Amino acid sequence: MIRVENLEKYYGDIHALKGIDFEIDDGEIVGFLGANGAGKSTTLKIMTGFLAPSAGNVFIDDLNIQDNSLDIREQIGYLPEMNPLYGEMRVYDYLEFISQIRGIDAGEFKPALDRVVEQCGLRDVIHLPISACSKGYKQRVGLSAAILHDPKVLIFDEPVSGLDPNQIVEIRNLIRELGQQKMVIISSHILQEIEATVDRIVIIDHGEIVANGTSQELMAGFMGRTQLTLDVKYANEESLAALPNSVDGVEVADIEMVDGRSVLSIEYAREVDPREAIFDYAKNSGWAILEMTQNQVLLEDVFRGLTGEGGSDE
Amino acid sequence: MNNVMAIYRKEVGAYFKSPMAYIFLVFFALFNGYFFSNTFFLFSQSDMRALFNITPMIYLIFVPAVTMGVLAREKSAGTYELMATLPIKNFELVIGKYLSAFTLVLAGLGFTLIHFFTLLAVGTNIDYGGIICGYLGLALVGAFYTAIGTFTSSLTDNQVVAFILAAVFVLGFYLLDKLLIFVPVALAGPIQFMAVDYHLSNMSRGVVDSRNLVYFGSLIWLFLALTVRVIDMRKWR
Repeated sequence: MIRVENLEKYYGDIHALKGIDFEIDDGEIVGFLGANGAGKSTTLKIMTGFLAPSAGNVFIDDLNIQDNSLDIREQIGYLPEMNPLYGEMRVYDYLEFISQIRGIDAGEFKPALDRVVEQCGLRDVIHLPISACSKGYKQRVGLSAAILHDPKVLIFDEPVSGLDPNQIVEIRNLIRELGQQKMVIISSHILQEIEATVDRIVIIDHGEIVANGTSQELMAGFMGRTQLTLDVKYANEESLAALPNSVDGVEVADIEMVDGRSVLSIEYAREVDPREAIFDYAKNSGWAILEMTQNQVLLEDVFRGLTGEGGSDE
Repeated sequence: MNNVMAIYRKEVGAYFKSPMAYIFLVFFALFNGYFFSNTFFLFSQSDMRALFNITPMIYLIFVPAVTMGVLAREKSAGTYELMATLPIKNFELVIGKYLSAFTLVLAGLGFTLIHFFTLLAVGTNIDYGGIICGYLGLALVGAFYTAIGTFTSSLTDNQVVAFILAAVFVLGFYLLDKLLIFVPVALAGPIQFMAVDYHLSNMSRGVVDSRNLVYFGSLIWLFLALTVRVIDMRKWR
């Protein structure tokens, strides 16, 4: 289990992390979501031992990053944000170098290499210089280096950034496969990516955790009421005004008049579904219903609501 | 030790896969050859003092050029984050990097052996002991300057800045004993002892004093220890 306790980080006068707390269980994939500069990468850099925290600590089981940095680094596979690689090295040589640093014996290197080549699809480029590989292959090389020693914890900072849709699906599937046995932490500012890949989402904003839960929990917690858009013709003012009194539990938040139509924004509690009653009322009042849409709450709405940001559609 | 060797092999491989190493070595050999040959045939002496005098000056540019990227390039390319999150102790990283840069310096020095073979072919009454001591001195100066370059490369992520800083440092140590006439007599002894040329000239004459070895050994250790310290502090930035 990973336990992050009251993590704080100052860059000079800038208070980048303001007491981050969370836990991750074995076999769990957790997504770090936040706008650029929210503190995601700083948190991950502290977890990997690259940066020291100003306060707080990170525990992996009984080890902590302040006192056991080397032991923790042995248990972590890390793909940094920009996926830095040694372009002049061949893929094989690079993975061999990583295996030597990771203390993998020469006899164990071949099976480990075969495993990551298979998992990451590197067979076609294994003898090429890294600089000659496409962006997608470079990302796979970074991933294979991170998983070569079969670590307990995997930390991927923006793992699909800059990849095409097919490559994104491949990497996502690989991460899901890895997440069945390991603790995986993915940071991203791409909402769809996080939503599609992870079991649980941690949203960070201005160095603080503002939400922590599954996407369903976050959406349910964020939106206490359901919204319905009703687009009708032939509605007079009296019948529009009488709607809340005639159908139990609904409120008309807004009415917009557009080209002789009335577009109503209606709200009601999540537990009830008054759409049939609203339909009957409209029919009895002589309205012609052009559209009735119950709005879905998206993770993007949650993210916008909590951080005031829209995320990216990269 | 395994980590040091893994880093060393990777770095040496990177040097010799890049054209820059060959460019450095060719220029180093050309400059040494030109200045050595100029005086060698003029004075008709069977020794290599000309080489032992000129090589430390060529080192002033050559060694900072070799070492400028040792750590600065890792930082500018972002690969430093990769290295810093692998289970490597900082001193292993520094030693591996340092030894690989020193290997390139030694390779440059190896090119000058052609002058020794020329001397063997045309010279008489060759002082082999003096030549071996002179080469040992050049190797130690190279090792010392490489340690300085490794240190300055740890201070910045800009290779040009690392080069200039290293050049200033090595020039300072090289010129120290030229400044003796400007300093009080009481300081002349310590300052002279700190000068590279003072120790190198002893060795060029064929004298290896333990003080010379202690001088180079302790300064190499000091600059490498400072490099490790800089890397230690970086994570607290």
